[in-house]
Amino acid sequence: MLEGFLIGLETALSIKNLLMVIGGCIIGTFIGMLPGLGPMSIIAIMIPVAISIGDPSAAIILLAGVYYGAVFGGSTSSILINAPGVASTVATSFDGYPMTRQGKAGKALTIAAIASFAGGTIGAILLVLFAPALASVALLFHSSEYFALMVVGLSAIAAFAGTGQITKAVLMTIAGLVLATIGEGAQFNMPRFTMGIMDLQSGIGFITLAMAMFAIPETLFLILDPNRSGKPDEKQSEITNLRITKDEAKQITPVIARQSLQGFLIGVMPGAGATIASFLGYAVERNLASPEEREQFGKGSVKGLAAPESANNAACTGSFVPLLTLGIPGSGTTAILLGALIALNVSPGPRLMEDQPEIFWSVILSMYFGNLVLLILNLPLIPYIAKVLTVPRTFLIPFILFFTLMGAYIGQNNATELLFLVGLGVTATILRFAAFPLAPLLIGFILGPMLEDNFSRATQLYDGIGFMWERPMTTALLLIAISLIVLPAWRSRRAAVSLKKG
Amino acid sequence: MALDRYIALIIAVIFLIYGYTAFFEMDGLLPPILKRNPIWPSTFPKILSVIGVLAALSVVINLEKAGKQIGDDLDIANWREYKVVQALLLIGGMVLYALTLRSLGFLASTFMFLTGGSILLGERRIVRLALITAIASYGIWYLVDTVLGIYMTPYPRWLDL
Repeated sequence: MLEGFLIGLETALSIKNLLMVIGGCIIGTFIGMLPGLGPMSIIAIMIPVAISIGDPSAAIILLAGVYYGAVFGGSTSSILINAPGVASTVATSFDGYPMTRQGKAGKALTIAAIASFAGGTIGAILLVLFAPALASVALLFHSSEYFALMVVGLSAIAAFAGTGQITKAVLMTIAGLVLATIGEGAQFNMPRFTMGIMDLQSGIGFITLAMAMFAIPETLFLILDPNRSGKPDEKQSEITNLRITKDEAKQITPVIARQSLQGFLIGVMPGAGATIASFLGYAVERNLASPEEREQFGKGSVKGLAAPESANNAACTGSFVPLLTLGIPGSGTTAILLGALIALNVSPGPRLMEDQPEIFWSVILSMYFGNLVLLILNLPLIPYIAKVLTVPRTFLIPFILFFTLMGAYIGQNNATELLFLVGLGVTATILRFAAFPLAPLLIGFILGPMLEDNFSRATQLYDGIGFMWERPMTTALLLIAISLIVLPAWRSRRAAVSLKKG
Repeated sequence: MALDRYIALIIAVIFLIYGYTAFFEMDGLLPPILKRNPIWPSTFPKILSVIGVLAALSVVINLEKAGKQIGDDLDIANWREYKVVQALLLIGGMVLYALTLRSLGFLASTFMFLTGGSILLGERRIVRLALITAIASYGIWYLVDTVLGIYMTPYPRWLDL
């Protein structure tokens, strides 16, 4: 393990890879600040660039940097203009925006940066401890357990979709799995469900689907409702004093420590992710605060700002645990990263740590460096980067749409792909109007081929589906998967029925 | 019936067609040697179609008894308040861009898309706009073609350059 760690350290510290982290963080912050582009869209746009680099370590380090930068950029727009680019930074705006209105935008940004840095760093340390242990356990798994584990992952993602949303999330996951069966799979060497369209032979590109699911609906929403993008406040120009007092530092230290740990553990669970971590972190700290401090929550409390920021960054790091050790993404963003890794001929999973330690460890270590870059480089640059918020939407929206189109075109080098993108994007927008969660669809799509592959292998080994009840571990995992869906759905139904009666 | 349930109904129909193809159309094409395999190309799609139809129908009949859900603050019931025409025209612009990218070349089609899109959204400083989009079109083409090494036809096909 130590040898792999040192190889990873050497890789992560190479000039090229350090430049990748710095570049990724700055690009991510810059774009993440724009309304309408969350981390998922930004990473999807950057994937063709990363793939063209050719070196998997450098590519994934660039994407990880972009991810962190985008999350930080999202927090910045939450604090400055009350326009969270992503759900995981909504809780940041609860106290961050009131601080901006009080003229403390610089202070709020510093607290957010420190909390993010600490959350991300503690998360990265926990990842170093957790991931190898989990990977060594996962090495004992067979294809049947893998199949069952993926079913558990997909069920957990649906189960965390929220009250009244579980059946919709299950439906979207299956839609993703169905879309993944289109085209010529490696396993059977025959085209399936292509409807005679030549361009569908190679299936739907995952970058196309990622753009269609996230970037296009968000941009169309910005066009439909111009007020959605938020307006820069006049106080925003007052980002001058970035310092925090000793007393404030003392107040936020225990909050950051608690929320980094809690956020990491939530992030490890598939489907829970940064959004739940940030809201839960906020709620927990509010309950733990003294009555006087509680009064301040929502009115510019430093604790209320530090809690979601450290929790969401630690959760982002935590979500890499299932990705790197099991090859199962726990969130939409890690699903996109998984797609990028597959495109780079890297198979994340328990063998990654042994077969390609330079990738495994350099990704983990670059997370730490990414957080450092955000703190020492991005924070002083924020007043300048924030100027991007003043770009008029008449320029911004066509450019966002153009980059979306370019991402899909470069990914597949095929103009027909653009038509698929528009068609899928319009469909995704309609689905969002009806409150269908779209991340499960993308995760289903990316996991689909692996799920089918493991299912087929297990079926062939057992000459049928007997593995489902003949292997105790598989049976237990499948039962967990079923209960993950049935129990919350049943509970939400009972709650709705009793609410109607009462 | 709410929009989500209508959509679930449409998805159920799509899954039924998908299932019909998996159950009745795919296996006939299978070479005899593969038929001895316990798993066929249609096996997984067959399972998916059954679970998919059940999941879609459970949304249609509102099994979870979910209340009215509005996606991301935008409610379809208020569609008259939204800039639907602008959105539709920009979608049309994207389709047009896809159709002209090869024939008109990257530079002209990108310039047209960016300029047209901005004008459509209300930009009236045309000279400044044209200048910015022209520089951006060329800059991005140079970056993608030269730096990233991904070839893109820059000029219209008929110019034969």
